Amino acid sequence: MSLTLKPKSGTTPRTAKRPLAASPGTFLIWGSMAVFLLLLLGVVSSVVVNSFAKEWFDTWLPSGYTPAWYADAWKEYDLGQVIGTTLTVSIAVVGISVLIGAPASYVLARRSFPGKNILMLVFLLPIMMPPITYGIPLATLLTYYHLAPGLTGVILANLVPSIPFVILTMTPFIEQINPSIESAARMCGANMLRLFTRILAPLLVPGILAAAVLVLVRTVGMFELTFLTSDSTSDTLVVALFTAMTGAGIRAQQSVDAMAVVYMLMMMVLLVVALRFVNPTQLVSQVREETD
Amino acid sequence: MTLTGQRPGRVEQEPGTRPALSHRLAERGIDKLLLLLLPALVFALVLFVYPFVYGLGLSFQPKTGGLFGAYVKFFTDPSVRGLDSIWVTLQLAVPAALLNVLVSVPIAYKMRGKFRGKRALTTVLVIPITLGTVLTAEGLLNFFGQRGWLNRFLGLLGFEPLQLVQNYWGVLWSLIISGFPFAFLLILSYLSGIDPSLEAAARTLGADWKQRFRRITLPLLAPGLAITFCLTFVLAFSVFPSAILVGDPSGSTRVIAYVAYNAWGQQFDYPLASAAAIVMGAVELVVIVLVLIWRSRMYKGSTGGKG
Repeated sequence: MSLTLKPKSGTTPRTAKRPLAASPGTFLIWGSMAVFLLLLLGVVSSVVVNSFAKEWFDTWLPSGYTPAWYADAWKEYDLGQVIGTTLTVSIAVVGISVLIGAPASYVLARRSFPGKNILMLVFLLPIMMPPITYGIPLATLLTYYHLAPGLTGVILANLVPSIPFVILTMTPFIEQINPSIESAARMCGANMLRLFTRILAPLLVPGILAAAVLVLVRTVGMFELTFLTSDSTSDTLVVALFTAMTGAGIRAQQSVDAMAVVYMLMMMVLLVVALRFVNPTQLVSQVREETD
Repeated sequence: MTLTGQRPGRVEQEPGTRPALSHRLAERGIDKLLLLLLPALVFALVLFVYPFVYGLGLSFQPKTGGLFGAYVKFFTDPSVRGLDSIWVTLQLAVPAALLNVLVSVPIAYKMRGKFRGKRALTTVLVIPITLGTVLTAEGLLNFFGQRGWLNRFLGLLGFEPLQLVQNYWGVLWSLIISGFPFAFLLILSYLSGIDPSLEAAARTLGADWKQRFRRITLPLLAPGLAITFCLTFVLAFSVFPSAILVGDPSGSTRVIAYVAYNAWGQQFDYPLASAAAIVMGAVELVVIVLVLIWRSRMYKGSTGGKG
């Protein structure tokens, strides 16, 4: 889908003033970018082609094409259940982390109080640390309390980086809201609950959507934490894919690839939705303002 | 922090006439509004701080070997080879992070202005971030494999097929594919934040592009470079699935995350696994602190803000 939106090297009136012959440096830079994109295209399309291949041995392209591998993968890996689990986990994580993160980010955006720096550090660390480092003690503890392996454990573990992520993403959005609107509402007699539901929530819809979509993408793609806390009935798609790739026994490579394509399609849909709400460069600079 | 410190110049009052406690706390920014922080704080304490402390405690309670038994085992046991795994991880993560940052700088420098298709290009670059490591690994196995398209193409040109997966290079490639777009987008946004009029001023004073880059752009970019390096380093340092899938997890890509997982999920040696996780976090923090110290020695001052 968005692969077709390749950058055009056409000259606009603005760039028309530049000399047409590119300097060696420019050439090298565009060249290395092109090599990277070509590599990316090769990696992605080899998975897609293989998932439709009847047989693909020592040739450039498969000898024939069939959609049968998708039905095969659907049955063999129980994809219906896996996708159901993935959606359940993602929606639960998104819902809980927004409900918990949004009020916290409001306080952090508006107030300064003693100990705020330490609090920010506590919220930043789960994002800065590799998931394995806190995932292993967390999974040990969740197993001890019989919450993992299972769906509850997966959701709880995924909340650890998600709540701080919501806080960091939403803080700039809250800072943009003029505080005098809140003061006016308070003067008209609105209490805190009404202030949140009637004034802040409608103004914060873009921020909430951005945070929710980003957490959704992260949760669907999160491997380590889910892998540590899931069992065979609570695997998300990415963990099921990993298990299929490493698992014992002879499996058709094509059906693994078919599952990979299903995962990719799901991610692409999420990406397209995400990009409607978030500009990638802007997203990065918002995160940066907080980590700086 | 200074919760108990008396504010200087405060007039001592009779107990009966003192303002209520809630008033005095509100003066310092503590009031009922802070209760909104409570759910997030409880979650962070229960699901992050407590497990971390628990893991730390667990790592000091191995079944054998006394207080530091798990750590001694991690570093010296020939079946664990922890020190090697730290070294292997750093050998993967540092070059990958450096390469991603250093290649991104000239490309982002060239592309910092407006041009047609910029948004499309950034969209294409976001794709590898969403693909994730597992899918990238699958693609690399197909594309770089012995009978993959790349080796086929090299064969056309008369080269011997290269062994590009199931070893160090496969993992490095996967780190570049998932890390480069991330580094590039970050650096692009930092560069677009630098006021172009600064460079224009240097240009009118006769500075060529080398001087402009070295004296104007680079110092202003230094904080962004440090942060970008840290974030890409964290991504690369936590490499786990791709080290198993496209690497050689028993040899050249036996990364520390794999050692920790192995102790946890295969040997059920929870103290050893916790010790490995703690060491992993400590090594990562050391590298990040070193980078931040280097950055603070290099340039002090504001970054010039966003454009």
